[in-house]
Amino acid sequence: MHLNETALNGAILLGLLSLPLYALIVDEPYTITLMTRVVILALAAVGLNIILGVGGLVSFGHAIFFGIGGYAMGILAYHAQTFTILDFGLFITDGTRLMPVIWLVAMAVSATAAFLIGILSLRTSGVYFIMITLAFGQMFYYFAISWPEYGGEDGLSIYVRNTFPGLNTLAPIQFFAICLVLLCLALYIMARLRRSPFGLALNAARQSGIRVETVGIDPVRLRLLAFVLSGTVTGLAGALYADLNRFVSPVMFSWQFSGELIVLIVIGGVGRLMGPVVGACVFVALEHLLGGLTEFWLIILGLILLGIVLFDRGGIIGFLTGRAGAHV
Amino acid sequence: MSVILIVEQVLNGLQFGVMLFLMAAGLTLIFGVMGLINLAHGSLYMIGAFAAAATAEVTGSFLLALAAALAAAAAAGAIIEVTVIRRLYAAPHLNQVLATFALILILSEGTRWVFGSFPLFLDIPDILSGTVTLPGGIQYSLYRLILIATGFAIAIGLWVLIERTRLGIQIRAGENDREMIAVLGVDISSLYTLVFALGAALAGLAGALVGAIQSVQVGMGEPVLILAFVVIVIGGIGSIRGALVGALLVGLTDTLGGVFLPEIFKVFMEPGAAQRSGSALAAMGIYVLMGGVLVWRPTGLFGVRRCI
Repeated sequence: MHLNETALNGAILLGLLSLPLYALIVDEPYTITLMTRVVILALAAVGLNIILGVGGLVSFGHAIFFGIGGYAMGILAYHAQTFTILDFGLFITDGTRLMPVIWLVAMAVSATAAFLIGILSLRTSGVYFIMITLAFGQMFYYFAISWPEYGGEDGLSIYVRNTFPGLNTLAPIQFFAICLVLLCLALYIMARLRRSPFGLALNAARQSGIRVETVGIDPVRLRLLAFVLSGTVTGLAGALYADLNRFVSPVMFSWQFSGELIVLIVIGGVGRLMGPVVGACVFVALEHLLGGLTEFWLIILGLILLGIVLFDRGGIIGFLTGRAGAHV
Repeated sequence: MSVILIVEQVLNGLQFGVMLFLMAAGLTLIFGVMGLINLAHGSLYMIGAFAAAATAEVTGSFLLALAAALAAAAAAGAIIEVTVIRRLYAAPHLNQVLATFALILILSEGTRWVFGSFPLFLDIPDILSGTVTLPGGIQYSLYRLILIATGFAIAIGLWVLIERTRLGIQIRAGENDREMIAVLGVDISSLYTLVFALGAALAGLAGALVGAIQSVQVGMGEPVLILAFVVIVIGGIGSIRGALVGALLVGLTDTLGGVFLPEIFKVFMEPGAAQRSGSALAAMGIYVLMGGVLVWRPTGLFGVRRCI
């Protein structure tokens, strides 16, 4: 039996909304926190899906933007909580604890980083692109470790979750709601983007860069814009993730995390709108269930992944809808 | 800054560089011949180091340990190639990346399961420990000198293998046109297994040799793997010569940058700040080098411009 993808997407969103509400009624805050993690990871993967699923470029460095978002939150909140001044030469601030400001900073810095990395790494494609993004990820990781002002290897703890005007972010369900709204917003933008002239051209550039070039569109510029958008969304997710844990560390920049983001997308279905969401649900569920079963749960995850890759069926959504997904 | 310090650091950089070369040579060979990006190459490095440390503990012989590292890594490589990698040659890069990422998870956690989370130690044998006096009165570790010599010897050996032997002809032909050499009667799938095992053995050897100066632990392979990627991006994919030049450049940049950048910064900054910004910047040195090469030559110093 094959399902209609639109109906399936609706059911997934409904499930994402109702599970935490149920957890609220039976008073299980831990489940809400777990679901918040799902939503944030999904948001990060929605970002990666723009360049990976639609653009067809395997970025193995998206932890860069996740980490930048995390550190944007960490640094701003750190200065606000210690009442010290943040002096960047160009501007001076006392830091902030307001989420919207933190998000804007996280997205702006991620976009800038994505632009610079994109200019260099999009000069190439294919395996080169994979290796270069992986290498830049490692650069940020080591830089965060050797930068003692903000905790170096130990990371940075933020004592109280940042604030959002009119809401109590300390209540798990309210913070969940913020994250879910942002995820839905990102999904909406992604859905619009895929149908826009830009999205269609990007899709065409994945299938054949040369053909797109012959009709007068520069594929490198398309990919650069997609990479910047992609990094921006993942950067926002990083800021939320840091707020969820009230902690940032260089681990957010690690290559393993970049790999996990790709895994999320592939589990769900590459290039699918809801692929990252399904992938994040399955990933967190596996981590939770298998992690409780054995401390070597990553072996099982590895075997599952091998199975998914070797018997390629377009991820879970592709399997359920019976339609193969985009090929990268 | 004394001449002694400079010579010492240049030698350290060379030693680091030739070990990176052993990793990068296998990766670039596998990519050149089979068109495969192998993230699990770092796991083969780790397997070599663990095999060496375990063998040395039982037998006490360093030579046996090296032989075990070569054998274990080559065997692991051959098994992985036959069971998993073989199905990926025609697959898109994303599938190759994911499958080899899955292999990292399985091999790393499997190793942790067998050996535990604590690092193992592999000692340098007595004959090779200690220092030698170089011309000019510079004291330098004998073992590190031997590593440099071994690395260059292997580089020459690889060159002879690829340029001067029948197997080398088949490998080069396989890079150009795999269907043609299959038609000419070369058993292409065993050639692939052989090349993969050869690359794995080089990685395993590097792991064992480096394992004697660092600790042997799970996850030791991946940072080296990523540096080997930087080497390949600089040198050009598929070129052994590029791998050697790239590896030496990366080794020297990383080592010399870490020592001399803070010193240079001290000229115009106060010592504490100079130390901090110097070492933070040195951590980025090789990536800046990579960025520069990308701007100048996107396909690497010795890369061939081709559609990937």
